[in-house]
Amino acid sequence: MTSNRRISILAAAAALVAGPAFADDVVTVGLILPMTGQSATTGKQEQAGANLYIQLHGDTVAGKKIVLEVKDDTGAPDVTKRLAQDLIANDGAKALMGFGLTPLALAVAPIATEAKVPEIVTAAATAMITEKSPYIVRTSFTLPQAAAPMAQWCLKNAIHKVVTLVADYGPGNDAEKWFGDVFEKGGGQIVEKIRTPLKAPDFAPFLQRVKDDAPEALFVFLPSGQGAAFMKEFAERGLDKSGIRLIATGDVTDDDQLADMGDPALGVVTTHHYSAAHDSSENKAFVAAFEKANNGMRPNFMAVAAYDGMALLYQALDKTKGATDGDALIAAMRGMSWTSPRGPVSIDPDTRDIVQNIYVRKVEKVDGALYNVEFDTIPAVKDPYKAAKN
Amino acid sequence: MLTILFDGVAYGMLLFLLACGLAVTLGLMNFVNLAHGVFAMGGGYVTALLMNRAGIPFLATLPFAFIVPALVGIVVERLLYRRLYGASPLDQVLLTIGLVLMAIPAFDYFLTDQPQQIHLPAFLQGRFELPGLTIGAYRLFLVVVCGLIAATLQIFLVGTRFGAQLRAAVDDRRVAAGLGIDVGRLFAIAFAIGSGLAGLGGALAADVVGGVDPNFPIKFLVSFLIVVAVGGSRGVAGAFFGALLLGVLDVAGKYYVPSIGAFVIYAVMVTTLLIRPQGLFAKSGT
Repeated sequence: MTSNRRISILAAAAALVAGPAFADDVVTVGLILPMTGQSATTGKQEQAGANLYIQLHGDTVAGKKIVLEVKDDTGAPDVTKRLAQDLIANDGAKALMGFGLTPLALAVAPIATEAKVPEIVTAAATAMITEKSPYIVRTSFTLPQAAAPMAQWCLKNAIHKVVTLVADYGPGNDAEKWFGDVFEKGGGQIVEKIRTPLKAPDFAPFLQRVKDDAPEALFVFLPSGQGAAFMKEFAERGLDKSGIRLIATGDVTDDDQLADMGDPALGVVTTHHYSAAHDSSENKAFVAAFEKANNGMRPNFMAVAAYDGMALLYQALDKTKGATDGDALIAAMRGMSWTSPRGPVSIDPDTRDIVQNIYVRKVEKVDGALYNVEFDTIPAVKDPYKAAKN
Repeated sequence: MLTILFDGVAYGMLLFLLACGLAVTLGLMNFVNLAHGVFAMGGGYVTALLMNRAGIPFLATLPFAFIVPALVGIVVERLLYRRLYGASPLDQVLLTIGLVLMAIPAFDYFLTDQPQQIHLPAFLQGRFELPGLTIGAYRLFLVVVCGLIAATLQIFLVGTRFGAQLRAAVDDRRVAAGLGIDVGRLFAIAFAIGSGLAGLGGALAADVVGGVDPNFPIKFLVSFLIVVAVGGSRGVAGAFFGALLLGVLDVAGKYYVPSIGAFVIYAVMVTTLLIRPQGLFAKSGT
């Protein structure tokens, strides 16, 4: 710890000394993402989202030229940390962005604090991340933010008996807790809480158990990638026919993989902040431009978060008239509101976390392809975890 | 109850499919082949790509899922593995784990890390509802195919001249060679069979485990090894019964005690290694 701290102090000092050497009219933004390894899809979507913003809005704002430095941290926190130090000390980065997973975002928090450089989290979704440094701002979402509205929707729609099934790791446990707490407080009953191993090769026994429990709905949170296997088994076991509704947070029907899941996914109800099928002119333009620039790849919630990360930075620079001082940028970002492809969003001035609409969606076929079609909106949802503390 | 038993048997068969190739390379040929999963992944990719890109029906892709990894197996065996037959297990581990670490980014680079899905034909989807028992069509298919493979393999290795030669060559290479057996050729063929079976296993398993992706060899490495550890590494029958036992216990454990269900197979493995380190179904004193 002490040696780590010493290194970061050195890095910060080096940044100060080296600072004047960089051209005044260039703002370097370090985009640190897992471009290889298990979370590489996150990296690809994020990079494409950030690039698209620059492509559509030009690379100069308030007289400054924006230069995006993309670095691959392979999903390892120690690499993320080293890259962050390197970007600040050697490249003179004025803002850091990205962070595919919670541990990666946390690894950079002390560096952001010491170097006074904004850390814009555009992926990692654990609620407490923004509390770890006053320089962290988030444009993605928090898991409680997506899970709690699902519970409210169930109660409103006469679903009172639910089994929860989550992958047994941090975000899964978060989803279980936040869905369960809100649901039980509202008078619902959680019949059983099932946790599946993260590397579960086979959902059969768990789903058989759910079938025998016969709840009104099954709430699911799984890391992206397991969704397809789960849906298949859900259908093969006949749960779709036995009157058990499948409900989930939007990670399970990720736009990136939905097309591959096939018909078993039809009718799944999820709550999330972004769907590629969101009905607005901003989103239609965004999706069209994104698919054109990326060989037909459909943008998912990661892409839009990175796009909005750039949007936030551009607007903050505009507001500071090009000043890149970390405190000034963060002050400008607090309370900032704009219209994103996902709908109206703002940065909570107190928590620096994103406030956004959460949509209730259902998987349907649109022009022959599967999409999450939104049919209900819960406006301006704040992160319930931090709201509960205040 | 019966449904759980059937699911357990089907899962056991799946484990056997994934591990039976390893029972040949590790069990019969005594080579610590941690790269087994790479061949399984290869078979899965062959099936997925032939189906998704060339539009070939599922069943017709399965022979290729055997043949392609088997051919690759021969090449790799001639180039690399054969140099380490007499070497220490540690050298074999280093070589094969290195292959795994090279295969993952290579597949990632060319085929992306998105899981490749396999869309089964209609007659393999759905299920049969009997009183007290629900049978998934694909699981039934797995049970039948695995039973056939296990029986064929057992007959082939125990009952044929090739099997006898192979066992002789593993037991004492020099004497076998002295008797005129072409040991190099024999090992190459055996290795190809092991690799081909791995490929077939990967192709058949892909649907149940959510498609194949580049991390497949690491994700299921532990499953392969547990089957061989519990069943005993000296033959196909051991792996078969070991896989069945593990499958049933795993499914039952996850159903009846979901909170600790995932640990059941590890508990079985630890107990087995303590009581019968040579494996439950192996002849003692090997």
